[in-house]
Amino acid sequence: MDSSRPSDHVDGRGHPTENDITQPRLGVVGYARFVWRQLTSMRTALFLLLLLAFAAVPGSLVPQRSADPNGVVQYRTDNPELYRVLDALQVFDTYSSVWFSSIYLLLFISLIGCVIPRTRHHFDALRAAPPRTPARLKRLPAFLAVDAPGITEKDAVESARRLLRRLGYRVRVDSASVSAERGYLRETGNLVFHGALVGILVAVAIGGGFSYTGQKVIVEGQAFSNVLGNYDSFNPGRYFSDDVLAPYSIRLDGFDAEYEEENIDAYGQPIDFTASVTTTIPGADGQPASIKVNEPLRIGGTEVYLLGNGYAPWITVRDADGEIAFSQPVPFLPQDGNLTSLGVVKVPDGLTDQLGMIGFFYPTTLPLASGAFSSSHPDLRDPTLTLEAYRGDLGLDGGIPRSAYSLDTDALTQVAGRTSETPTLALKIGDTVELPDGLGSVELSEVKRFVSLDIHHDPTQTWVFIFSVLVLAGLLTGLFIPRRRLWVKFVAGADGTSTLEYAGLARGDDPTLMAAVTAFAQKHAAGLGIKVGE
Amino acid sequence: MTATLVSYSLLAVWSAMAIYALAFVAFTLDLAGRAARDPRQKGVVEGSEAASGGSGTSGGAGTTVVQRTDAPSVGGYSSRWAKVALALTIIAWLLHVTATVFRGLAANRVPWANMFEFSLTATALIVGVFLAVQLWNDLRFLGSYVIGFVVLALGVATVNFYVDVVPLPPALQSAWLVIHVFVASLATGFFGLGAALSIVQLIQSRREATKGLLRLVPAPDGLENLAYRLNLVGFVLWTFTLMAGAIWAERAWGRYWGWDTKEVWTFIIWVIFAGYIHARATRGWRGSRSAVLAIIGFSAVVFNFTVVNLFFKGLHAYSGL
Repeated sequence: MDSSRPSDHVDGRGHPTENDITQPRLGVVGYARFVWRQLTSMRTALFLLLLLAFAAVPGSLVPQRSADPNGVVQYRTDNPELYRVLDALQVFDTYSSVWFSSIYLLLFISLIGCVIPRTRHHFDALRAAPPRTPARLKRLPAFLAVDAPGITEKDAVESARRLLRRLGYRVRVDSASVSAERGYLRETGNLVFHGALVGILVAVAIGGGFSYTGQKVIVEGQAFSNVLGNYDSFNPGRYFSDDVLAPYSIRLDGFDAEYEEENIDAYGQPIDFTASVTTTIPGADGQPASIKVNEPLRIGGTEVYLLGNGYAPWITVRDADGEIAFSQPVPFLPQDGNLTSLGVVKVPDGLTDQLGMIGFFYPTTLPLASGAFSSSHPDLRDPTLTLEAYRGDLGLDGGIPRSAYSLDTDALTQVAGRTSETPTLALKIGDTVELPDGLGSVELSEVKRFVSLDIHHDPTQTWVFIFSVLVLAGLLTGLFIPRRRLWVKFVAGADGTSTLEYAGLARGDDPTLMAAVTAFAQKHAAGLGIKVGE
Repeated sequence: MTATLVSYSLLAVWSAMAIYALAFVAFTLDLAGRAARDPRQKGVVEGSEAASGGSGTSGGAGTTVVQRTDAPSVGGYSSRWAKVALALTIIAWLLHVTATVFRGLAANRVPWANMFEFSLTATALIVGVFLAVQLWNDLRFLGSYVIGFVVLALGVATVNFYVDVVPLPPALQSAWLVIHVFVASLATGFFGLGAALSIVQLIQSRREATKGLLRLVPAPDGLENLAYRLNLVGFVLWTFTLMAGAIWAERAWGRYWGWDTKEVWTFIIWVIFAGYIHARATRGWRGSRSAVLAIIGFSAVVFNFTVVNLFFKGLHAYSGL
């Protein structure tokens, strides 16, 4: 109970009970206001900021589904127990997890709650005159007084007003003094910074819903047209619909890779990749273009990136009578820097049995002591294709989707390879080898290059960029433009002498405040014909 | 030609390290001197070359009458050792810059495309920022910390991170390599110096009562204000680094942000320093608490540069190791 109140005071909620605490009762509105005040306080904002930094850490320690999906699969294999716990905690999707999202959403709510009243206040301040001159200027952090014999009040005040106006101050003239303020842009910058952060968040959220990314492997001579079914893989945003795919096609005319030849320390290291393409949009002739690693192609509202490349040996399979059962370039996926590549060939029809082959491609063959091969250079200098062949049911008819880049050999019988009578097939360009059991033959006729393209569409990317520039601009003005108040006061002494007083006050840290006050005083006094000095 | 330039560069690095080491010793002797002398002795605190540009009342000969300023009198004490140390640092730094330039000439590109080169350039920038700030604030009492740190970093870089000059892989062939990495290194310089001041600030505020080691070093308030200004510059540069990185990532990897490990840590550092700036405006967080935040922030920068580069899997795999 409040001891200053009479003991019989009733504060409108019945008589106080024993364990009553002298806290005002908060209704629903009161509680809401209390929570809101807490949430929008600087202390909470600081706490949320530090919590956000802390919460971002686990995502860098554990592979993320968005950035490294294979890493997540590997993690699951290596630590199945821990995986289940971490997965339940959404650690593999840290940055879209419930806990991470709630931290940054709370932070942004706190930010908005802080910025809106400040904007209103700043808007008022922008239209109001500076505050009155304080009675005792001496108490301010920067103060300076100058003897001013023979100067009239009117001259002093008027010249101060004019000079301050010229220096960009907002000025208020009282009887014997001038009060001035500058640097409103500091608060403007501050508000722009915080507002632009909200802008980035909103733009990213909208962009995530309407964007899409897709991947496509194209072999030299082949074309890709931008239709959903043509992608090898596709990740649409939540609000994606087919009709946003712009109709265009890209044909890969050639691919050039340049490797270091002179520097022994970097022999064979890639120097340059260039994909030469022809792009076609409906109703227009094809246009030549090129795509490089740091130079994506912009077409039809999408960006097309060169993300990978490799070799696609052209493999032809014939049956025992010499009829072609399969003939096409097969992209082999690079396994190392010298482009030792792994590939799979599936021939479901045309032979007496279904045929599956899995093999390696070595662009520059280096036979090892063990009898195995490796590649000693990524360029196509002495290529060899090795294949292990299997017969049986490829499982393509069961309706289960199968990756084109893997072969499940469990239900197959090896006919050529390490565990069968016929050794692994090895082919040079132009070679044809017979398959065992009279299955037919395999020919390597030529080797083409392939590129893997990433195609992205993000409608709000430009907005994110604009808001980022505003963030930086707001930061610069909000941190480095000094907000200052300056006062000039004419004080008439009792004995007929007079003094000019100058004082300054800064908002926030302002190491040059005193220098600014001094510089102004010197300028002002000099204008009145007072020699500043002894 | 390349081999010759590389050997000149290495020679300059080793020479710079040797002279830095001497400068470190001299700075430490100076620090010992500061601890030994009593600040109340005449002519020690208000030395003649005190606070150059500190109060800012330059211009006309002696402005009139009353004057009040809260500007901290940073520095102000100077021993023979401090002068020797600063001279040695300048010589070593010139050699260090020469080494960096020769490395760039040898590689025919900017000298910051692998771990060794990042370290070489970033430490040169740290010392550069340290020397530049001397022009308006006497920070020689930080010499031991800064030069000690730089000698260690250079030693680790040349012994453990060294790689031969190799051409840039296609992903690094971009103007953004010049901008993004340079600004990041410069930000590191400002954060490093800021953290140094914060460490001294913490020691000072603890010793304030007991009158211990660092009596001839500025008071905690002055240190805090200066650290704050340096960290502000660092924060703006870091914001720019983050944005430039996003623009580059959009061109090279096809997305401006993908929570790659290095991106995550750059973000964490940004948020820590954003927190630091807010802490200065929060009641109860000024002083030692915000200093601790600044030190944590710089530790995260060092962590991002070393542990994340070397041990974390990600797209920024350019250490060359």
